[in-house]
Amino acid sequence: MTISITVNGKRRELDVEPDMPLLWVLRDELGLTGTKFGCGVAACGACTVHVNGEAMRTCTLPVDAVAGKEITTIEALNGGGPTLTSLQQAWIDHQVPQCGYCQSGMLMAVSSLLASNANPSDDEIDAAITNICRCGTYPRIRAAIRSLATV
Amino acid sequence: MKPTRRQLLLGGSVIGGGLLLGYATSGPTRPERAQGLAAKEGEHFVTTWLTIHPDNRVTVYVPHAEMGQGVHTSLPMMAAEEMEADWGLVDMVQAPADPIWANGPLGRGYLAGETPIPSALTGIVDASFFKIAEVMNLQITGGSTSVRFTGQWGMRMAGAAAKEMLIRAAADTWGVPEAELVARLSHVHHEASGRSASFGELAVKAAEYDPPNSPVLKSRENFTIIGTSKPRYDIPAKVDGSATYGVDVQMPGLKVAAIRQAPVFGGSVKSFDGTRALQSRGVSHVISTGDGVAVVADNYWRASQALELVDIEFDDGGNGSVSTQSMFAKFHNDIETGATEDDVIVGSTDNAFAESGHHLEARYEVPFLAHTCMEPMNCTVEIRDGKANVWVGVQDALGSKAKVAEIAGLSLDEVTLTPLMLGGGFGRRGPNSANFVEQATRIAMQVDAPVKLVWSREEDVQHDYYRPAVAAHLSASFDEKGNPTAWRNTYTRKDEPVEASNIPYKVANQAIRYVESPVHVPYGAWRSVAHTQHTFFNESFVDEMAHAAGKDPYAFRRDLLEDGSRHKAILDRAAKEAGWGTPLPAGRARGIAFQESFQTIVAQVVEVSLDEAGNPKVHRVVCAVDCGTVINPDGARAQIESGVIYGLTAALFGEITIEDGAVVQGNFTDYDAVRLAQSPKIEVHFIESDAPLGGMGEPGTPCIAPAVANALFTLTGTRVRTLPLMNHDFKAGPQLASAAD
Repeated sequence: MTISITVNGKRRELDVEPDMPLLWVLRDELGLTGTKFGCGVAACGACTVHVNGEAMRTCTLPVDAVAGKEITTIEALNGGGPTLTSLQQAWIDHQVPQCGYCQSGMLMAVSSLLASNANPSDDEIDAAITNICRCGTYPRIRAAIRSLATV
Repeated sequence: MKPTRRQLLLGGSVIGGGLLLGYATSGPTRPERAQGLAAKEGEHFVTTWLTIHPDNRVTVYVPHAEMGQGVHTSLPMMAAEEMEADWGLVDMVQAPADPIWANGPLGRGYLAGETPIPSALTGIVDASFFKIAEVMNLQITGGSTSVRFTGQWGMRMAGAAAKEMLIRAAADTWGVPEAELVARLSHVHHEASGRSASFGELAVKAAEYDPPNSPVLKSRENFTIIGTSKPRYDIPAKVDGSATYGVDVQMPGLKVAAIRQAPVFGGSVKSFDGTRALQSRGVSHVISTGDGVAVVADNYWRASQALELVDIEFDDGGNGSVSTQSMFAKFHNDIETGATEDDVIVGSTDNAFAESGHHLEARYEVPFLAHTCMEPMNCTVEIRDGKANVWVGVQDALGSKAKVAEIAGLSLDEVTLTPLMLGGGFGRRGPNSANFVEQATRIAMQVDAPVKLVWSREEDVQHDYYRPAVAAHLSASFDEKGNPTAWRNTYTRKDEPVEASNIPYKVANQAIRYVESPVHVPYGAWRSVAHTQHTFFNESFVDEMAHAAGKDPYAFRRDLLEDGSRHKAILDRAAKEAGWGTPLPAGRARGIAFQESFQTIVAQVVEVSLDEAGNPKVHRVVCAVDCGTVINPDGARAQIESGVIYGLTAALFGEITIEDGAVVQGNFTDYDAVRLAQSPKIEVHFIESDAPLGGMGEPGTPCIAPAVANALFTLTGTRVRTLPLMNHDFKAGPQLASAAD
C-alpha cells in the first residue's frame, strides 16, 4: 500500500509501513536530514515540522496520519528560494545557534508561533516554545523573536 | 628533565614541528605533506595551518571540532590577527583527521607546565618529555584548550610566521629592506615607493622560505581583529537545515543499526535470539557487540522496531545489587574510615580546631549526571577491502581513528576518518568515551556495507560516561571575631583538573584530602569536569561559614581574597553589576558564588524566587569573567550563557540514579532540561588583561548551582547540601537539606 504525502511542495508516493513515524520517512526515506532525531518520544522538539502550517513533532507521528497533507521542513521554510526568511536572518543576526542541532526544530516551532501571533509576549513565547536546546541558546532565541515583533 | 617553555618553543623537529617549523624528521616536511593532502592546484601552504590562495583568500585549517563553542571562528581570528589578513578574505576549513594537523600546541601547553592536564585527556597524555611525540598525535577538543593552546601557540604563531615570510618575499622581490615593509589587510606595502602586493601574489615565493623559529607576536593594544565580535562561520548552515552532523550521513547502500546495551554497567550479552527480528522488513543482521545487541536494517525505524523482537539475556557483571543509596553509603563510610590521600595541606588544622571554640561541619553530595547532547551518539563505519572509512562527530578525531584501527586490526593508514559537526559535545564525545565508535566498528566488521549506528535517547541516558557522584565532608573553625582559622574537606574521587578542589580564599590552615571510592558506573568529562562538584561543595560551605559568622556572604568572601588581585576585582564587579545589597522585590533573594577554572576567573550573582508550586525560579544571572584577553566577545558571551544554562539544568533537575546496577532514567521525560520558560536573563561582564588566556567553554558552568542554592538559603532558610534542587521542598520552612547520615 502506498501512502501519499506532499513534502515541500512535492508529492511523494511512499511504500512504507503506515506506522513509520514521519521523522524517519523524512530522514531515511526522503533524505531530508535537516529535521532532527532528539528523543523519540516528542519531548524535545528537534523533529518539529509544519503539517498544513501547524508545528508538529514528527518522531511519534505515524506517516499515515499525515497522508494527503502538506508538510514543510526546515529545508523549505523559506519556500526553497535563495533568500532566508526574516526569522532565519534574525537567527544569524543574533548568532543564536551553537551546536545547532535543535535549531531546525526551534525555527519551525517559532515560525508557526509567529504565523498565528506576530507579537507574542514573553509568557506566550514560554508557553509555545518548549523545545530543548542543551547549548542554552534561549536568551538569544528570545531576543531574536522579540526583534521580529511588529509593534 | 622537565623541558622549559623556551626549549619547547625553539625545539627541534619533533617538538617544534607541531605548528610551523617544518617537522622534517624524515620524509617530506609538514607543509609539503599538507600540500599533497589538501592543497588544490595553484594553492600553497605557508605553514600546515594556513593556505594562501592566488586570489588572495586565506584558508585557516582548524584542528578542533566545532560543537557550538565557536572555535571554528575564534581560531582563524587569532591567525588572521597576527598575519594582518583582511578578515573578509579569511575562510575556515576543519583539518582532516591526520597527525600533521595534530595539536602540538595543546601538548606543549601541558608540557610547559602552564596548566594541569584536564580530565578530557587523562589517560592519554603523560606529562613527561618522552611522551612529546605521542602528544603530538592528539587532535582533541576539550578541557577548554583550543584558544589557550592551539590558538595562542599555534594559530598566532603560524599567522605571525606567515606574515614574516610574506614580508621577506616582498623584500626579495623589490630589493628593499624588510624593515621598510608593512603588512596590512592582506597586502604588503612599501610606503616609500608606493608599491604593494597581495599576499596571494607573494605566496609562491614565501613558501620557499623556512618558517622563522620565533616570530614576533603583536601586543594587545595593536589588535584589530581579536577583541571584535565576528559572526561565526558555522551559523548560516545551522538555520536552513544544511549543516551535516554525524547522524546525517547518507550514501548509497547505507545501512542503519539500532542497539540495546547491557543495562547493568560491566554486564555483557549472555545469549540472544534474532530469529524474529530477521523476519522483519528491511532487517539484514542481528549482531552482538559483546556489550550489546544490534539490529542492522535499511532504515533506523525498522532497526529499532526489530530490536524489540530480539530475545536477549544479559549478565550483570556482578554489579546487579548496586544502588545510588549503597554507593553513597560507601562514599560516606570510605571518607570516615578509608585511607585518605593528601590533596592540599597548609598549616595545622588539628591545632586550629583545638584552639577554636567555634566549629562548623557539613556533608555534601552530588549525583551522577548524563550529558544528553541533543544529537544522540552515532558513528558510521564502512570496512571493505582491508580499509575502513569512518564518518563521525567527536572531540578526538585521531583517537577515534586509532580505536577503529585497533578493533578492526588495521593500521592507521588504512583508516580514513571524516570529521562531521557535533550536535553537542560537553565532554561526552571526548577521549576514552567512544563506546559507540567501538560498537559501530564491531558491527561494520560483520556487514558488507557502510553501517550507521544510531543510539536511541534511552541508550544515551543509560550508557553515558557520567559526571561522577561525589560526596564531601567539610568543616571549618573560626576565631572569636568569626574569621575562619581552618578549612577541612575530605571528598571521594580525585579527578581532573587537580586544582578543582582548592579554595581561592586565605585560610591559614587547610587540610583537603580525598579517598578513592570506586564504583562500577563509568565516568568521564562533563562540562568543567571536577569543578562542578567542588564549586558546589566549596562555595556552598563558604556561604554557610559566612552566615555562621554573622557576615554578609559577599563581604565574607571579599575579606578572604588578596587586595589588588584579579580575583577580588571579579568578585567586586559581579557584586556591583548585580546591585548586591540593594533592595529586591518581595519574595526574591540573591546568592553569590566564585571560582577560577581553566585559568578563567568567574563570579556569579543570581536572583531567585519560588513559583506558586514552590519550585525555584532563577530570574537573573550576573556574571563577571576574567579570561585575560577576550578573542571574540559575542562568542565568549554566548559560551558563558551556555555554561550557565547547562549548569542550571543540572542544578534544578540533574540526577542519574542507579537501581539494581542500572540507570533508572531514560529520556527527557525523567531527565529534564531547562527550557525557555526557565531560562533566566544572563548578563556577562568581562575584565580584560594581559594575563594568560583562559578557557571559555567550561568556566560558565561551575558557579551557577551554588549561587542558586545560596540564594535559596537567604530566601527560605533551607540550606541545600545535595543536588538537584527539585528533590527539596522549599515551602516546608527552614531546614537543613543535608546529605544523609
